[in-house]
Amino acid sequence: MNTGARRVREWLIERAIQAAGAMAIVFVLAIFAFLLRDALPVFRETTVRDLATGRTWLPTAEPPKLGLLPLLLGSLYVTIGALLISVPLGVACAAFISEVAPRWMRETLKPAVEVLATIPSVVFGFLGLLLVGPWLAELLDLDVPLFAGLGSLMLAFMAMPMIVSLSEDAIRAVPMTLRQNSLALGATQWQTIWRVVLPAGRSGIIAAVLLGMGRAIGETMTVLMVTGNAAVIPLGLPGFLRPVRTMTATIAAEMGETAYNTPHYHALFAIGLLLFIITFAANTIADVVVRRSGRTTR
Amino acid sequence: MGMSGMDSDLIVRPEGEVKIETSGLGLFYGEFQALRDVSVTIAARRITALIGPSGCSKTSFLRCLNRMNDLISGARVVGEVLLDGRDIYHEATDVAVLRKRVGMVFQTPNPFPMSIYDNVAYGPRLHGRCSRSQLDEIVEKSLRAAALWEEVKDTLRKSALDLSGGQQQRLSIARVLAVEPEVLLRDEPCSALDPTATFRIEELMIELMTRYTIVIVTHNMYQASRVSHYAGFFLLGELVEYGPTEQIFENPKDQRTDDYVRGRFG
Repeated sequence: MNTGARRVREWLIERAIQAAGAMAIVFVLAIFAFLLRDALPVFRETTVRDLATGRTWLPTAEPPKLGLLPLLLGSLYVTIGALLISVPLGVACAAFISEVAPRWMRETLKPAVEVLATIPSVVFGFLGLLLVGPWLAELLDLDVPLFAGLGSLMLAFMAMPMIVSLSEDAIRAVPMTLRQNSLALGATQWQTIWRVVLPAGRSGIIAAVLLGMGRAIGETMTVLMVTGNAAVIPLGLPGFLRPVRTMTATIAAEMGETAYNTPHYHALFAIGLLLFIITFAANTIADVVVRRSGRTTR
Repeated sequence: MGMSGMDSDLIVRPEGEVKIETSGLGLFYGEFQALRDVSVTIAARRITALIGPSGCSKTSFLRCLNRMNDLISGARVVGEVLLDGRDIYHEATDVAVLRKRVGMVFQTPNPFPMSIYDNVAYGPRLHGRCSRSQLDEIVEKSLRAAALWEEVKDTLRKSALDLSGGQQQRLSIARVLAVEPEVLLRDEPCSALDPTATFRIEELMIELMTRYTIVIVTHNMYQASRVSHYAGFFLLGELVEYGPTEQIFENPKDQRTDDYVRGRFG
């Protein structure tokens, strides 16, 4: 092959790779634009304030009541509940795998946890719906076996692999010498993990938690199946034991039967936009936290 | 090649109070034998220097004295190490307590990624002395003892990672002093320091000697001869000769020691 042809070929390959890279950004922007286009007309019907503070979601009423508060709180309840379960468990599991477990156990445990991530969400929904929900409802004496906390529990299992895997990477990246210095000062292994290793790995752990949160808040199928889908505002701790409806479940359940270009239709896109912004923010913060190196004072 | 330490006049037993005594100490990393039959007595409240070429296992020996070798998988210790007459490798030994008593300053300083204050307060907090004013006092005292106080007293809340190399080294010393050990093990002190800082640390060691038993591992012959009372020469995992510093440096009995201290090899 002569030099000219080779140069052309190189140029083509380079451009192709560049285009592939640019594609990702184009897609994100296109999705954002698409959401905006179909979400913004909702403001012919209502205001940001009414959307954000409206306590009733009755999109088919006349006139439609488009309060997103119950859905937003529903999502927050389920997500926060999931984090309350998965973060302590996940970080503890990561610390165990990285610091305590013997080599063979580490080599079994981590892949096993990662396999959890490959289970389809509908399977978790199924498990919650048929197994865990009825069992918990009996245990806690609930009227309905579908409730926010059940969604939290199932989501916790789904967010766990990401939290464990990324936290474990962060913990492992903490230099061995820091552990040695701590032990040499008379710290026990537990004290070393708690006071040196976890704080030193905290940026990675925080990122893991935020990514897990992004996963939980965006999850649809499982919550649709196990949280009962009642668009009521959850209140206090008992809210975890009552049915809620999340933003994602609302879109999934209603989009199919909504007439095109109605306020209801646009409101669903507004929910999508809100979700997009929340997960985008969580990911961006995670990214910033990771980049900011571990050095800080309190 | 070497001969057993116990019955040799090459290994001199120091006079006075004994802090640490090893007998028949051997160390294996898997199949590799890093230390052979080291039997030595270390005097209380004196400075003992361990010298020898790189890779002669003097650092490994140091790490036997606070059981840091426990952390290396495959490492195995034979023989005895007595601290105040008690075997530290006895199964009833609380290793955390042992390491509090036998503090160690590592070759390279590794400040924890937290503030200067928290670095020094780390040890005392572990061992449960937690009143705020007491902690403040310990931190100041330790930083003063490590000749770092004047430089950092206004920036105690700043990250320790922003300190210079020399300052980090003194911070490591302050951090160990804060737990008030009885023995101070120092690996290659001053290797990364400028002459002024080196001088300061040597002064510091002589000052500390009144309270601590100090064992230093060093490549710096001048330093070893200047500050130590006793010196031991390691070669290929064996303690070749051990005795008063003047004897080791001016009138060694073993030819290999003589060659090394005169700079013929190593």
